[in-house]
Amino acid sequence: MAIGESSIMVGFSVIAALLVGLPIGTFLFLCRKGQLLENRLVFSSLNLIVNIIRSFPFLLLVIFMIPFTRFVMGTAIGTAAATLPMMVIAIAHYSRLVEQSLLDVPKGVIHAAVSMGASVKDIIFKFLYVEARSALVLSMTTSTISFISYSTIMGVVGGGGIGDFAIRYGYLQYRTDLMIYIIIIIVIFVQLIQYAGITLARKIDKR
Amino acid sequence: MITLHNVTKRYGTFKAIQSISLNIKAGEIHGIIGASGAGKSTLLRMMNLLEKPDEGDVIINNKKLNHLKGKEIRHIRQLLGMIFQGYHLVGNKTVFDNVAVALEIAKITKKDRTERVMESLRFVGLETYKDQYPSQLSGGQKQRVAIARAIVNNPKVLLCDEPTSALDSKTTTEILEVLKQINQQFNVTIVIVSHELEVIRSLAERVTVMADGQIYDVVDIEPTGVNKFEKGAAAFVEQLKSGGDTNLS
Ligand SMILES: Nc1ncnc2c1ncn2[C@@H]1O[C@H](COP(=O)(O)OP(=O)(O)OP(=O)(O)O)[C@@H](O)[C@H]1O
Ligand SMILES: [Mg+2]
Repeated sequence: MAIGESSIMVGFSVIAALLVGLPIGTFLFLCRKGQLLENRLVFSSLNLIVNIIRSFPFLLLVIFMIPFTRFVMGTAIGTAAATLPMMVIAIAHYSRLVEQSLLDVPKGVIHAAVSMGASVKDIIFKFLYVEARSALVLSMTTSTISFISYSTIMGVVGGGGIGDFAIRYGYLQYRTDLMIYIIIIIVIFVQLIQYAGITLARKIDKR
Repeated sequence: MITLHNVTKRYGTFKAIQSISLNIKAGEIHGIIGASGAGKSTLLRMMNLLEKPDEGDVIINNKKLNHLKGKEIRHIRQLLGMIFQGYHLVGNKTVFDNVAVALEIAKITKKDRTERVMESLRFVGLETYKDQYPSQLSGGQKQRVAIARAIVNNPKVLLCDEPTSALDSKTTTEILEVLKQINQQFNVTIVIVSHELEVIRSLAERVTVMADGQIYDVVDIEPTGVNKFEKGAAAFVEQLKSGGDTNLS
């Protein structure tokens, strides 16, 4: 039950990161000074928003977002409602890492692509993502691990999850064994994700 | 083939190119030489509008490029190959895919791509390397892949920015030979930028000598390869005779 709730929160965060964070991060990169879609206004606004969301202490963000969550989800309580702030932080988190990953693509590769007459879409999919794919995978790994950490506090808005379970039964009912058991599960799980991410990133890196 | 008419390029208040006019003839190998910072790369990059001139016109095949829109410019660029000092291959693509991407961009169907990529790789002598990645190749081989990528779409012009400056002299000779072949077999116009006199002298038929964003002189070289440098190029020849550095930067 608790594991299911955690999986939902983390799973949706990963999906939001991929579907929304990746495009925003790419756009952020392209709007930078000297890049293809250079646009100071768009860049600074987007940059500011991402920074603000990321610098919010997560617990405060969740609480701050309650009215918005209630408006969008109809309620601010429960796993589904808890998923919304998770998704918001996930998008901001991953988009920043995407931007940083793309900055590592050699500028010359982009120049060569432009000289071949590539469109922006070509450059993104045939050059940037291909060249940055290991970094994008590693960033996703880092993000997912952060999402797991974020998900453990969602008990405050009735989000449930294993973090909530650990506090409720392990801490409040003095079941230290339960608490330790859950921590071990999380640690093992994080190790697995880290290992899988690094292995995959290494395998697809041909540079 | 390519005509620059009174083109000027500014970076802030600094004029990198000052009102240059130059005509590159169809089928010729045209060298551009000059010291570092003279504006050679900028001039070359204007020929496929990687840099837009602030003033003046860029004319290719009697067509003014200045006011073309994004899509039309991209289309023109697909017909002008370009190679660079740093090769700029995609490290995560195989040799084959690095060449094929130029055809993907030009929307050539997959069926036609394979044959044309192999033909191009055969021309540069790398067909057996098609499944390798750039990190497994030498500098000369990487430049060959870049050349294959630049010519696979049958361009009319090949723009070369210091293509041999990162290579040793033996490899340089080989690459220059490949470029000469491209010019002769496919009648591709070649514009080559270099600060190495040897490179320009062994390849170019006509040389534009640049200094401080301006053309110092345009010099014909005899097809035998014996140099007939005059006027502006005299300094370069002096430098050679004195046994000095041929590197002019
Ligand atoms: N994007 C840019 N922004 C500002 N200045 C630039 C830019 N690109 C080139 N310049 C300046 O314009 C001048 C000409 O540069 P360019 O790269 O064309 O020289 P070059 O002759 O190719 O030199 P090199 O042999 O070093 O490659 C230089 O002084 C350079 O500093
Ligand atoms: Mg240069």
